[in-house]
Amino acid sequence: MDFSTDMLNALVLISNYVLIPSLSYGSQLALGAVGVTLVFGILRFANFAHGEIMSFGSMVTVLITWWLQSLGVTMGFFPTAMLALPLSIIITIILVLIIDNSVFSFYRKNKSRAVTYIVTSVGVMFILNGLVRIIIGTDEIIFRDGQKFLIKAGHFKKMTGLSEGLALKQTQVLTIVIAIISVVLLFWFLQRTRTGKAMRAFSDNEDLALLSGISPERVVMVTWIITAILATLAGVLYGLDKSFKPLVYFNLILPIFAAAIVGGIGEPLGAIIGGYVVAFSEIMATYAFKKFIIYLVPSEFAPESLVQFLTTEYKFAVSFLILVLVLLVRPTGILRGKLL
Amino acid sequence: MSYLIGENLTGGYGGADVISDCSIFVEKGEIAVVVGPNGAGKSTAMKALLGMLKLRSGFVKLDGNDITSMSPQERVAQGMAFVPQNKNIFVTMTVEENLEMGAFLRRDDINETMEQVFELFPVLKLKRKQLAGELSGGQRQQVAVGRALMTKPLVLMLDEPTAGVSPIVMDELFERILEVKQTGIAILMVEQNARQALNIADRGFVMVTGENRFTDTGEALLSNKEVRKSFLGG
Repeated sequence: MDFSTDMLNALVLISNYVLIPSLSYGSQLALGAVGVTLVFGILRFANFAHGEIMSFGSMVTVLITWWLQSLGVTMGFFPTAMLALPLSIIITIILVLIIDNSVFSFYRKNKSRAVTYIVTSVGVMFILNGLVRIIIGTDEIIFRDGQKFLIKAGHFKKMTGLSEGLALKQTQVLTIVIAIISVVLLFWFLQRTRTGKAMRAFSDNEDLALLSGISPERVVMVTWIITAILATLAGVLYGLDKSFKPLVYFNLILPIFAAAIVGGIGEPLGAIIGGYVVAFSEIMATYAFKKFIIYLVPSEFAPESLVQFLTTEYKFAVSFLILVLVLLVRPTGILRGKLL
Repeated sequence: MSYLIGENLTGGYGGADVISDCSIFVEKGEIAVVVGPNGAGKSTAMKALLGMLKLRSGFVKLDGNDITSMSPQERVAQGMAFVPQNKNIFVTMTVEENLEMGAFLRRDDINETMEQVFELFPVLKLKRKQLAGELSGGQRQQVAVGRALMTKPLVLMLDEPTAGVSPIVMDELFERILEVKQTGIAILMVEQNARQALNIADRGFVMVTGENRFTDTGEALLSNKEVRKSFLGG
């Protein structure tokens, strides 16, 4: 085989195992991190319950999907979960508003310190986590239906004649497309609408926003609604792409927080950048580059080891590493957000 | 009866009283200036007028109506605008957005008011799309005053608007404030630069340790020997 085919093979290999998975995982993290960063910007605390809001939204989606399937309603090519999304988003919004009303608003009235909020959010996290496990159990649930692959690896090989295959899952494309649409809508809302601008003003300078007549309760409510929408989307897309398992969302909180902090906490754009930074780092650090290098170098230089920085079991360590590095070197994050 | 009156204001931030028996008032189309040494309670007195302080006694009246029990937000809706000393702009938003936020409570067309603000501070029109946080100190103060004017207020309260700006910028800012006064707004100002501020003031209040020491026209205070000796440096 000539060198250009090797190059193509290497490119396909890295796209299949690093590029596409990172883009889709990064989009899921970005959607989650934007929610965390919005809550931090407006309510000024790190919401540890965010992963469980994702989990709750996904659980509702799974239940509605099952119900629709039992009625014989499906979406054919697309996952039935897409049909369940609107209703589950509404239910998650209601849950989040109930939590805010019954828990967080108390601390707002008392003007509690940030650490009180954080501990409270940890409590909310445990309650939601328990609730989800009571309702749906702890088993792994695959609720994806419809067409799984847009491009199959074997098919790709036959088509191109390359020895490496490229598989493209529908959920990966769905994730990226939905993430782009949500982010565009979010930024349009924040930049162009009266309420969106009021949210930015409130995040920028709370006292002056109050002096300008901006209602804090309204801003807080809109923030929770947006957070619930984004969290449900992120959770469902992650669940479709992999599987639904309550404890997985518990673990996701670490890369999501890393993403929000890396990008600059309080900065929605930073959270998106951070999501991709964390996703690419995590997947690249745990990917074995041996085969990739073999394609690119003469056979006498071929590596003997796997050329893998960490085994996949340690993927969460990457988030930790990034988190510590950022806090040491540039605590305000890439886009100069607020200091934690 | 004056347009905005704070009568016998006594109160503090929870502990001891910071101001006691302090009276401040201002007419429409008039500039009233509160001067005095550091820690005299000048800014606190202004906060009391705005409802940001727990009062033990005294009352605040706006246009004859008692507003003592109103929250700061309600008072803003009643036509009181306040420019804080620090953090008085939205640094991550453009100049234009700052002005829009100032007019947040208004549901009518704000373009006319915005044009008036741009007429008053032409440099802001040039920088309308720029982030307010990127402007110079003097320009930031203009944004801050402009934001407050966007509500079409009847009373404009300024907490040390010239703190930290150069003397040239200070003169310029005072000029603009005089122009605002011509529109019939009541202006109440707390100032460190006592001499310059009293120069443009119709009325002056000299505060010491939370109480009124002297209350007179700006001119009279400037020529008062005792005031000059103690507070204006001779």
